[in-house]
Amino acid sequence: MKELKLMKGNEAIAEAAIRCGVDGYFGYPITPQSEILEHLMLEEPYKKTGMVVLQAESEIASINMVYAGAACGKKVMTTSSSPGISLMQEGLSYIAGAELPCLVVNVVRGGPGLGTIQPSQSDYFQTTKGGGHGDYRLITLAPASVQEMYDFVELGFDLAFKYRNPVMILSDGAIGQVMEKLEVEDYKPRWTDEYIKKSFPWATTGKNPGEDHAIITSLELDSSKQEQVNIRIQKKYKECEANEVRYEMIDCEDAEYIFVAYGTSARICQKAIQLGREKGIKIGLLRPISLWPFPNKILEEMAGKVKGMLSVEMSAGQMVEDILLATKHKTKVDHFGRLGGIIPTPQEVLNALETKIIGG
Amino acid sequence: MKKEDIIKPENLVYRRTPVLTDNVMHYCPGCGHGTAHRIVAEVIEEMGIQEKTIGIAPVGCSVLAYNYFDVDMQEAAHGRAPALATAVKRLKPDFFVFSYQGDGDLAAIGTGETIHACNRGENITMIFINNGIYGMTGGQMAPTTLEAMKTSTSPYGRELSMMGNPLKITELLAQLPGTCYVTRQAVHTPALVRRCKRAIRQAFENQKENKGVSFVEIVSNCNSGWKMTPVAANKWLEENMLPYYPLGDIKVSK
Ligand SMILES: Cc1ncc(C[n+]2csc(CCOP(=O)(O)OP(=O)(O)O)c2C)c(N)n1
Ligand code: SF4
Ligand SMILES: [Mg+2]
Repeated sequence: MKELKLMKGNEAIAEAAIRCGVDGYFGYPITPQSEILEHLMLEEPYKKTGMVVLQAESEIASINMVYAGAACGKKVMTTSSSPGISLMQEGLSYIAGAELPCLVVNVVRGGPGLGTIQPSQSDYFQTTKGGGHGDYRLITLAPASVQEMYDFVELGFDLAFKYRNPVMILSDGAIGQVMEKLEVEDYKPRWTDEYIKKSFPWATTGKNPGEDHAIITSLELDSSKQEQVNIRIQKKYKECEANEVRYEMIDCEDAEYIFVAYGTSARICQKAIQLGREKGIKIGLLRPISLWPFPNKILEEMAGKVKGMLSVEMSAGQMVEDILLATKHKTKVDHFGRLGGIIPTPQEVLNALETKIIGG
Repeated sequence: MKKEDIIKPENLVYRRTPVLTDNVMHYCPGCGHGTAHRIVAEVIEEMGIQEKTIGIAPVGCSVLAYNYFDVDMQEAAHGRAPALATAVKRLKPDFFVFSYQGDGDLAAIGTGETIHACNRGENITMIFINNGIYGMTGGQMAPTTLEAMKTSTSPYGRELSMMGNPLKITELLAQLPGTCYVTRQAVHTPALVRRCKRAIRQAFENQKENKGVSFVEIVSNCNSGWKMTPVAANKWLEENMLPYYPLGDIKVSK
C-alpha cells in the first residue's frame, strides 16, 4: 500500500531506509544532512524493524562499520556531506576492493575545505572517478527530487548487492533540505539470517562445519593474483556500463539545444527551458540519473542531432569533461556553473546558453 | 617400539587446535604473535564457539591472521578493527566477536576507534599485542616504544621531549565505564602463556553476559624489529618492557 507524505529529501532517505528493510545505519552529524540521523533516531526503527542505528565517533568509523556490516551480508548504509565523504575515501576503497555491497549518500555542500553549508555539485569528480586509492568505481545515482531520494535507497541496495560494489547517492544540499510530496511504500521485513547465509556464501555469517571459513579482505600480496582480482572487478564494471545506465529526457524531440544537468541543476534547467521556449528557442534537457555509468551513448546520439549542448553544474565544470568525451566533438559543448554554494537562476542559465552556445 | 605404537589417542599430550588452519604462519621464529593466535584459538575451541565467532584482523604483522584462525574473519583498514567489531556485534548480537591489533594499529592510527568502542561498552573482546614497535613496516617507532629505545625512526633512541611518551593505553581504557575487564598479560614463558589463556577465556566468557569491552593486552616481543635473537628479545622484554608495562589485571568488574 502506498502512502502520501510531505518530507524533506533527507528525511525521505531515512524513511526509505526503515521501510525497505535496511539492517544498519552508521553516521556522523554534518550539515546539510543531519536530519537523516535525527529522523532515524526519532523513528526508533530498532523497535519497529530491528534496524540498528548508531551515531559513530567519526565518518572514518562510520564507513568502517559499514564495511563490517556489509561483510556480514547485511544491508548497511551511511550518509554524510562533502568533508565527511572525503574522510570515508579509504574505507570506500576497501569496500570496493573487498567487493562488498553498501549504500552511501553524499548530500553535497560547497568546497574546497570546510567551504560552505550551501548546496553544490563539486564532488562529481571524487564520486564518479573513484575518489579513494586504486582502480575502482562507485555506482552513482543522482536524485533530482525528494521522491527520487526515497526511491534510490532501495534501487541503490539492489545495485549494490547485484554487483557487490558500493553505491553512492550523489545528492546536494538543496534536494536534501527541500520539502516535497512523496509516495512511500509499506514496511518490508528485513532479510532473515537464514536467507543471508543461503544467499551470500561469501559473507561472514559463521563458519559452517566442514566448509572453508569466510574471509573478507582486500589484501592479495601476490601481484599476479591481485591483477586477477582487478581484472574481475573491471569485468563487473563493464557489465555495469552495459546494463545500468539511467537517464531522463525532457523536451528533446524537437530540441536544437540541450542542457545536460543532474540533481538541483536539472530542476533549474526545466524552468530555463520554459523561458527559452517562450522566446522560441527549442531547448531540451538530458538528465543523467546514473552519473557512473555515464549515459555516453545517448549523448553521442544527441550530439549528432542538435546544434549545441550546455552542461549546467554547480561546479567549475566537472561533468562537462565526460560530456566532451561522450560527444566526440560532434557538437558544440560548453559549461555554465555557479560556485561556492550558489544556485544559478533559470534566467542566468538561459543567458549562458544564448551567449556561450547559440551566439558563441 | 614402532612409531605406530606411539601415535595413539591415549598417548596424546599436545595437539594443534582445529581452530587454527593448516596454513604455515609467516611470523618470525620466536615472535609472540603465533603463541597469542594459538591461545585465542584454543579458547574458541574449548568454548565450542567456532561457528559462532567472527574475528577482525588488523593491519600490521598480524594482517594475515585471517588465514590462520579457522573462524569467519574480516580484515580491517589500519586502526579500524574496533569499528568493525562494533558493527558486527550490533548486527549479530548472538555471535562472539574479537578484534586482534598491534600497538600502532590500536594506539596510534586507531586510537579514536579504540577509545570509542571501549567507551560505548561494546560487548566484544579486544586482543592488543604490544611489542613496542611497528613490526610489519620494518621497525619504526610505535606509540608504545620505550624511552631511549632505538627504532628505525628513532635511531638514536626515543627522546621524550621530541617524540612524546610511551603510551599506556591499557590503563587509559580501564578508566572508561564501558570496559568490564582490562588486563595485561605476556606469552614469553609457559607459565605466562597459561595465565594469559585464562585471561582470554575470561574475556570471551564476558561476552555471554553483555558486560562491555574485555580488553587483553599482551606485552610481546619483536625480535626482528628489535634486532635481537628470540632469546635475547625475551630477556630484554622482561628487563625493559615489563617494568613500564607491569603484568596483571587492571580492572575486573563484578
Ligand atoms: C593508512 C595506513 N597507514 C600506514 C600503513 C602502513 N602500516 C602498515 S602496518 C603499520 C604498523 C603496524 O604496527 P603495529 O600495529 O604495532 O603491528 P605489528 O606489526 O608491530 O604487529 C603501518 C604503519 C597502512 N597500511 N595504512
Ligand atoms: S617483525 Fe616482529 S612482530 Fe612481525 S613477525 Fe617478526 S618478530 Fe613478529
Ligand atoms: Mg607493534
